[in-house]
Formats: sequence, C-alpha cells, structure tokens
Amino acid sequence: MKEKPPVIDIRDVNFRYDRENVLEHINLSIPQGAFVGLVGPNGSGKSTLLKIILGLLKAKEGGVELFGIPQDKFKEWDRIGFVSQKANSFNTGFPATVSEVVMGGLTKKIGLFRRPGQKEKEAVAQAVRAVGMETFLTRNIGDLSGGQQQRVFIARAIVSNPSILILDEPTVGVDSQNVDSFYRMLTQLNQELGITLLLVTHDIGTITDKVTHVACLNKYLHFHGSMKQFVELDEQELSDLYGHGIRLLDHHHDH
Amino acid sequence: MIEAIFTYEFLQNAFLSGAIIGVIAPLLGAFIVVRRLSLIADALSHVTLSGIAAGLFLGQTIPAFAAVNPLYFGMAFSVGGSLLIERLRNVYKHYQELAIPIMMSGGIGIGVIFISLADGFNTDLFSYLFGSVSAVSRGDLYAVIGISAIVLITVYFLYKELFILSFDEEYAKASGIPAKAVHMAFIILTALVIAVSMRIVGVLLVSALMTLPVAAAMRVAKGFKQTIWLSVLFGEISVITGLISAFYLDLAPGGTIVVTSILILLGVIIWKKEKN
Repeated sequence: MKEKPPVIDIRDVNFRYDRENVLEHINLSIPQGAFVGLVGPNGSGKSTLLKIILGLLKAKEGGVELFGIPQDKFKEWDRIGFVSQKANSFNTGFPATVSEVVMGGLTKKIGLFRRPGQKEKEAVAQAVRAVGMETFLTRNIGDLSGGQQQRVFIARAIVSNPSILILDEPTVGVDSQNVDSFYRMLTQLNQELGITLLLVTHDIGTITDKVTHVACLNKYLHFHGSMKQFVELDEQELSDLYGHGIRLLDHHHDH
Repeated sequence: MIEAIFTYEFLQNAFLSGAIIGVIAPLLGAFIVVRRLSLIADALSHVTLSGIAAGLFLGQTIPAFAAVNPLYFGMAFSVGGSLLIERLRNVYKHYQELAIPIMMSGGIGIGVIFISLADGFNTDLFSYLFGSVSAVSRGDLYAVIGISAIVLITVYFLYKELFILSFDEEYAKASGIPAKAVHMAFIILTALVIAVSMRIVGVLLVSALMTLPVAAAMRVAKGFKQTIWLSVLFGEISVITGLISAFYLDLAPGGTIVVTSILILLGVIIWKKEKN
C-alpha cells in the first residue's frame, strides 16, 4: 500500500519582507494524525509561516504541498480548519447562540442561496459535543468565558470535517486553570477523531507533554522531531536551538 | 377603527404599508445594528430626503415629471448614496465614520436647495419628514409591497451569508464567501427599505424604526434568530399602535411610532433589570 502523503510538506522555503529575511530554508513535514507544536519567540516568523501554509502569502523560494498536491493547484481548502487568536475579529456583544456560531462554519460548504438542513444540524451537534460544549448550545456566545468561546470556535472549525486543524496561539485569553482541560480536548480531537493538529505558540513550556512532534522556529527551523527526542536534548542544545536560555523543561519534570 | 379602514382607501394604504414596514425595517435593522452601521441608516434617510425634494421640485417645474412618484427619486438617491458611502469608507479607511456626516450634511444641503427652489415647505413635504396616515397613496403601497418582497426573498436565501458577515467579517472573507457582493446587496436593500419606510415614519425617524426595536430585542433575546423575531414583533407593535394613536389624536405617525418603540425599549430594560 502506498503511504499517505504528509498533510503539509514545506520544502526549502525562504521568505523576506523588503530586505529582511524572515524565514530561511524551512523544511517541515507534518504526517497525518500528528499533533505538532510549532514554537518560537515573538517575531520568529511563525505567523508568516502560517500565512504561507494557508496560501495568504507566497513563498519567494521553495514549495508547499498540501495532501501531496502543490499548493497552487490545491482546491480542497475546506480540508484545512483554522482557528485564529481569540477575539481578534468577532464582537463579544453579538447576540448569537453557540449553535448559530458553529453553523457559521458550514456557510461555504452549504453553498450560496441554500439553507441548512437536518444533516447540517447534526454536524453542528456533533462538533459541539467533540469540544465538550453540548450543554451550552442555546447560550449566547458573549455570555461564555474566554476558554469556552475558544472551544466554540474550534467547533466551528471542525464542523466542516477538516483533516487538519491549524491553531494560532489558541490559549491566549484562556484562563490558566482551564488551559489543561483545553489541551485535553485537543488531544481527544487528535486521538479520537484523527484530526491532525498544528499548534502555534510562543509558550513552549505548556505543550511539551501534549504534542507528538515539535518544531522550533526562529527564522530557521531548528528542530523538528518527535517529543521524545526533544526532551532528551540537554539545556545547552536547547539554548542553541531556541536562541536564548530557556527553562522550558521545568514544566515537564516534577519538582 | 376597523370600520374606518374598510371605508377609506387612504387608511388601508397607510395600515397595510405600515404593517409591512413594521416587518422589514426591523428585519434589516437587526443586521444593521449588530454590524454597528446604525448611523448609515440615518445618513441614507437624509439622502433620501434630497431625492424626494428633487422629485417634488421636478414635478412642479417639468410637467412630464408631475406623474412620477417622488418616492422613486428618493429610492434612486438613497441607492446612489449607499454606493457613495461605501466609496467614502474606502477613501477614509481609518476614519470610516467620516462618511456619515459627509453624506448626512450633503443630503440635507441638497434637499434644502431643492425645497427652496420648489417654494419652501408645504404639507406634502411635512408628511415626508414625519410620516403621514393620510398621504400614503396606492402607488406608495405597491412600492412598499414590491421592495418588501425583494427584501424577504434576499434575506431568506442569503441568511447564512449575511449572518456570518455580520458576526465575523474576517472569517467570512477568509472562508471564501463572496463578502463584497453580499455586503453590496445588503446596503442596496437597506437604502430601498429606508426610502419606502419614510412614507409612514418620515425621513427623520426612519432609522429609529430600524434600530429601536432591535435595541430592545437584543436585551432579552437568545441568539440572532430570536433577536430578529423579537425585533419584528416590537417593530410591528410600534407601527400599529403608533398609526392608531396618530389617526385618533391627529398626530404625525412618525412621532407616535417612535415614542411607542421607546416605551417598549424602556419597558424591556426595566424588566431585564428587575429580573436580575
């Protein structure tokens, strides 16, 4: 049997704004079913790399393949779900229920001039259940906490049944006691629904024990391997990779 | 009252138009309010006034135009104004609200010039400013019915696009929905509804019928669909109560309709406060 192509395959991508190199020689391959953490300090080019993956920016050199198809020929964008940082575009006072918001994720799929039917309603109920928000279906989105709102937006992203979910700093605005259950939910999506996850964050400490692969970005992609290899790196190596002294593994050991 | 409605055609025109406008003005109003475009409705109503004034003036001076309902001039100006507002909002990207005072004063300015040219204020103009129970013609009623049919059909078939555009514009654009086209369709519909609603509530108060019922509904509704239904209910109560009291007390319906919707709004705010 032929092996499934990687969900995202980035080959030797370079990118610069004006004369400043933002990304250099990036190679990143995300296999199906992985839970990849893409970490890097602020200004390391994470957002730029995301925009390149999503086709919003064009790489100056190198190529991106999605599901084995070169990006410029790729048409099935609904296979890629995207959750941006919370509250950058939606207005919290908006009188919409959780189910109305999640149904919004099917707008494109249903198509112009058509109205949602029973099948779509079931898809919404299922997506809301997957993020553990089923008891909030008829609540207004503005009445929920930041973490609950972020779950609703994840439900909106997965309702159209994507193969991969890209999350950009999803825990910004989620209070610290809810961050753990938020990651448990992500792990469930990954393991039970088989959704490939690409999680972008500047906070490496919180994800070390959740992800299956980790990629460290700081203009260059410094490390891309399994979590096991990653935790075996000693502090000096990590410091070299990450660009400055970090104590990210504190989180991982009990003390 | 009921008897009078069956007897007098002008009352039929006013009540039927009012009942229909009581549905479509708050229906579009729900989208306008959540998109924070309430003031655009105001600007467009003033532009509509200049269209009406132009129509009245042309009707007086050129016999060929005398047969044309000034309402159609109002509609044309309103739609033109809505397209101009969009243009101005792009010109002043960081000060988008500037488009509103520009259009508002422009509308009134041009309106006043035509009014002066047409020999000043008369009762006809007064009815356009504040609405009227007696001045609604059969032709006006047909215009209301036609525009309302277009509005209802469009909102029915584009509901999910209009919703996602209102809720999260960036997401709508990113997910490949024809955001620009849907937005333009919506703005043009708004312009048309403002033009036809004006016959009942008047130029100066038409935006109130689009925003006050929604303001009340948002306090108590769960979700957007419920907001729409409650807005329509409150709008309808305001229009009918307003028209009946205007008829019996010989008042301009614009005033009675707006006062009724303010009373509903106050009632809802107080009820909500008591409940918590």
